[in-house]
Amino acid sequence: MSDSVFAIDVTGLGKDFGDKTVVDGVDLRLPKGQVWGFLGPNGSGKTTTIRMLCGLLQPTRGQGRCLGFDVLSQSREIKLRTGYMTQKFSFWDDLTIRENLQFVARLHGLKSIPSLVDTILEKLGLAHRQHQLAASLSGGWKQRLALAAVTMAKPQLLLLDEPTAGVDPQARRDFWDEIQQLTSDGMTVLLSTHYMDEAERCDQIVYLANGHLLARGSVEDIIRHTGIYTYHIQGRDLRMLAQQLRLQPEVANVSYFGSALHVSGTDQPALLQRLQGLCAQGQRIIDAPPELEDAFIALMQQAGKDQREYN
Amino acid sequence: MAWDLSTARISGIFQKEFIQMRRDKLTFAMMLVIPVMQLILFGFAINTDPKSLPTAVYLQEHTPITRSIVSGMLQSGYFEIHQGAEQANLSSEQLLRQGKVAFALTIPAGFTRRLLHGDKPQLLLEADASDPAASSHAVAQFSVIVERALRHEFRGALSYLQAKPDAVDVHVLRNYNPEGITQYNIVPGLLGVILTMTSVMITAIAMTRELERGTMENLLALPARPVEVMVGKILPYSLIGIVQTCVVLGAAMGIFQVPFTGALVTLAAGVALFILANLALGFTFSTIAKTQMEAMQLTFFFFLPSILLSGFMFPFRGMPEWAQWLGEVLPLTHFLRIVRGVMLKGSQLADVYPELAAIVAFMAIMGVVAMLRYRRTLD
Repeated sequence: MSDSVFAIDVTGLGKDFGDKTVVDGVDLRLPKGQVWGFLGPNGSGKTTTIRMLCGLLQPTRGQGRCLGFDVLSQSREIKLRTGYMTQKFSFWDDLTIRENLQFVARLHGLKSIPSLVDTILEKLGLAHRQHQLAASLSGGWKQRLALAAVTMAKPQLLLLDEPTAGVDPQARRDFWDEIQQLTSDGMTVLLSTHYMDEAERCDQIVYLANGHLLARGSVEDIIRHTGIYTYHIQGRDLRMLAQQLRLQPEVANVSYFGSALHVSGTDQPALLQRLQGLCAQGQRIIDAPPELEDAFIALMQQAGKDQREYN
Repeated sequence: MAWDLSTARISGIFQKEFIQMRRDKLTFAMMLVIPVMQLILFGFAINTDPKSLPTAVYLQEHTPITRSIVSGMLQSGYFEIHQGAEQANLSSEQLLRQGKVAFALTIPAGFTRRLLHGDKPQLLLEADASDPAASSHAVAQFSVIVERALRHEFRGALSYLQAKPDAVDVHVLRNYNPEGITQYNIVPGLLGVILTMTSVMITAIAMTRELERGTMENLLALPARPVEVMVGKILPYSLIGIVQTCVVLGAAMGIFQVPFTGALVTLAAGVALFILANLALGFTFSTIAKTQMEAMQLTFFFFLPSILLSGFMFPFRGMPEWAQWLGEVLPLTHFLRIVRGVMLKGSQLADVYPELAAIVAFMAIMGVVAMLRYRRTLD
């Protein structure tokens, strides 16, 4: 099975905590060497799904393979070949930077650890700080240390849970350069994020809400799939207009975008007609290309409606 | 303004404290259970004047007078006959060393004849005086008991003997701790208490710390087997236990002049097993507790009965039967017998074998529980 073209191949994956279903019916087929983005609102089940994939949680339902190994019974084999970066920094604050890297290397059974750690520290630019406690690092540096630690054993699959949360733009850019480098070496990456620009850098996007997989595909696929249309409105008294628009059934989302109002909806003729009806003198309607964020908000609202109807 | 106090703010904090107290089940339980536990243990289980102490009786003649002495001992409540001492052919020395009896009474052949002749025959009471508190009351009572029994017998034709106050030469041998020095008993016992306290708590904390700080998720994501984690976590604390043992033993012998009459190897075996048993228990606690605070509380729940019911502070045989049963479950009880036995009584490996077996059983059960409960996932 390990010669499969898929790094992750799971079907019907689900997880209950007590009588609460957190993830249900997730199918994922992630080809080797790609970067996939895992998106969805907080509490949508992204972290739970990632934890099931690397053996940190036992799935309640479903089956499948990670790197050719059974997710239900071969979690040790998966752990040996997977790098998992937790959402919260989970390395040892009271060990030094060097000691953290050494510890991870030892648990992976790596060879010639001191020189390996030297190389990594040099590459990270942390050689001069290697004897500082990890607790003394800033958020961005902790993230870099964590990424270096989880990639040290040259895993075939990287699972990154919101790796860039709370990290400054420069560090985020460096991080993405690093990810690009790793995938060109053949690594497969699944990462969760709330940043749209990061989602757009991914080969494919998976969108999860309320534990269900709602959409999957490239950025263009997802926008097309949701059938969303967007307009910008410029002019005066936009606050009043926004309040009125939010009450209209044709309008999926209204948000401020600089000095303009960003309005989206799925029924284009109805939306345009409503906008023309409500816009006053001096307010201008401009055709705008829909963005991924519009698509996600539409998906979320759709999911919320389904949930209400289901209940 | 320093006096700008607000009752709304105070009651806000007051309410928040109560909400948090109610949510923190273990602290709440501790506030209610610990006093009840203390009441029961101090009120019912602890008795500093132990009665019914097992006594081996070696009667080399059976006469109304010797029988009267023995029944006088029984009536006093301090002594209880340990059956089968003579049948099993065990010497008083063996029985005392193994801790099977607290006393051994020997009435030699010809005792009655010599008594009637006014020859002041000898009566020998050997006492396990390693714990002065446990034996002193009974020892103090013994002469009175013998005198009273004789006075009862010296009637009618024997009333001429009444006039002699010291008709019998009561010979009491306080074995193992003849001077009744409390430190001889307490200091070796302290080794067990210190090892219990630190081994259980440190291990329990070491694991829950990973959980509390969030590093557990990382540890579980790394390809380490549960046994590897457990052994790797336990070994450093075993070494600390060994260092503690050396310090306490050094102080016991150097500062308190506690004798060391047995073999170091026997004690080493006891210490090693005892440390491992406590570490296994600590590991089990760490699978129950979610925070370091809870781990400390669980340790305290265990530590309190360990101190009170093991025979460390109060005589084990002074406790009612149910408390003794509880005490037998605790590894400290058995370790105290080993360390006191080896140091004071010169106990051999064979003498402490049942105690070692009890500690091994505890360790095995805790080890299995810990492995079964160890979290392989975050579920």
